[in-house]
Amino acid sequence: MTSTYLPDKRSGPDAGAPPPPAEAARGRGRRRTRHWLTAVAFQVPALMLFGVLVLLPMLFALYASFFRWGGFGMPEDYTGLDNFTRLLDDPVFLGDLWRCLVLVVFSLVVQLPFALALAVALNQRIRGRAVYRMLFFAPYILSEAITGVLFAMIFAPDQGLADHVLGAVGLDGLGGEWFADPSTVMATLFLVMTWKYFGFHMMLYLAGLQSIPAELTEAALIDGAGPWQRFRHVTLPLLAPTLRISVFLSVIGSVQLFDLVWVTTAGGPDHHSETMAVTMFQYGFKRYQVGYASAISVAMFAISLVFALAYQRFVLRRDLEGATTTLRGGGS
Amino acid sequence: MSDRKTGRTLPLHLVLVAVGAAMAVPLVYAVLSGFKSTDELSRNPIGLPDSWLTSNYTDILRTGAFWQLVGSSTLIAIGTTVVVVAVSALAAFSFARFAFRGREALFTLFTMGLMFPFAVAALPLFLLLRQLGLLDNPLGVILPQAAFGLPMTIVILRGFFREIPAELEEAATLDGCGPLGFFWRILLPMARPALGTVSVLAVVGSWNNFFLPLLVFTDSTWWTIPIGVQQFQGQYSAEYARVFAYLVLAMVPALAFYSVAERQLVGGLTAGATKG
Repeated sequence: MTSTYLPDKRSGPDAGAPPPPAEAARGRGRRRTRHWLTAVAFQVPALMLFGVLVLLPMLFALYASFFRWGGFGMPEDYTGLDNFTRLLDDPVFLGDLWRCLVLVVFSLVVQLPFALALAVALNQRIRGRAVYRMLFFAPYILSEAITGVLFAMIFAPDQGLADHVLGAVGLDGLGGEWFADPSTVMATLFLVMTWKYFGFHMMLYLAGLQSIPAELTEAALIDGAGPWQRFRHVTLPLLAPTLRISVFLSVIGSVQLFDLVWVTTAGGPDHHSETMAVTMFQYGFKRYQVGYASAISVAMFAISLVFALAYQRFVLRRDLEGATTTLRGGGS
Repeated sequence: MSDRKTGRTLPLHLVLVAVGAAMAVPLVYAVLSGFKSTDELSRNPIGLPDSWLTSNYTDILRTGAFWQLVGSSTLIAIGTTVVVVAVSALAAFSFARFAFRGREALFTLFTMGLMFPFAVAALPLFLLLRQLGLLDNPLGVILPQAAFGLPMTIVILRGFFREIPAELEEAATLDGCGPLGFFWRILLPMARPALGTVSVLAVVGSWNNFFLPLLVFTDSTWWTIPIGVQQFQGQYSAEYARVFAYLVLAMVPALAFYSVAERQLVGGLTAGATKG
């Protein structure tokens, strides 16, 4: 439907008299090749950029992960799978995995439901709705690094706003070391992540909610469904595609978390807030164990890949089926 | 009726006000603290400043260093946006309007890029940039940012290009317009809203990037704002009030941009998320 540059449809100036069959076939073949070349020519800049700066580095990381290598010259000291077996014995890396899982679970159980509740609240006609929406979303457009510095100051022990406020309302006991205490650092980090990111998910949900036809909830209302039933049996199922995307983005965000951690704690105290990306950075850029750091990169890649494929296979399939059928229908 | 309605929505309003306060307080606190001296900040952390001290802000604005950060961030954001939008538009045009062998495989390759975080490729990318001599060079940030921005930009633009009616293309072809002519003279002008959306996304992504400039810029010539903030905090960690003033000034461009381009930004993010 959309592509008119199909070779056979093309009516150039040379499409006048019908040529003999053999020649026509060869001409069509040549025209088809030319058509293919035109189509691909438009892809060349993107392919070069993507190939050199995205695919090549990833492949090289895979290669380097099999070597003990300081990052200068070419890797020569081949060590097979040593870097990977070391990874599975490294308490810091195993801790990274655990902390990643904790962040994912808390995001899914606390942050996203919170975002959903606020999206439902702001989807009604309520005074100040536009202001709330803008305010809740605003932190999303701040740099993670700037957000991190801001909250490092706010949660500065004794000095910061958080301890002052708790002191002022007589809850001194709740205050403390925040980022500096191994037992509270992850909770503090999660709090900051929620401050920064729930508004983004709320906006996704709002967009999803607005695409649900009002007739459906009205029909449920006429059938006598209460607010919770309407939400549970009408809104939520229709919002499912948006929820699935939001969960996906949230998980990928937790896997690659770096900026916020780096500026607030650099992984400390004593690795208690370290993430995979921080560990990779420490080994690759501070300790010059580039082979080992590459193995961490490969592990992150593998985790993202397995998650993405599994998610696509089991969760996103229904959404993507729609996408691929329109793709085929629209393609030719 | 209206009384009953207010009564019912009162708890909701209370929740919204509480959440709104939690969102706004850190920002307001930073602004107010910037108007205090560090002495006053420790004496009077929560209240309004006794006397509104502007020197924290004006001192920073008077130094060239801050404006240098703004300049680098701007240059890198514009460079990234131009490259990623131009390259993606060509590719998206080919994906949307041509049927060719290998199209689906190629498109899948690009969309896979949506799933992979930049952090995965950071280390080898750094080695590659070092090899190419692009460290401490703005291109060392611009080109990788553009490369990692391709998947999202291509997906959004492809969706938009497909919606432009085929009749237009047929008419252009009959008038002797080749694919490139159609792309340049008809498709791009029609796609202005979509180009605006992806440009806004590219600008914000580049403006806020921290990891890549951190790797690429070892000396301060090309530092961007997020790097500058982190460095400033390290340098003046005892002077709380100055750091707050610096933070506020660093946030202003992004917040100003958001207030101008809110619609493109939110529209682009939701489109990118739902179409990706």
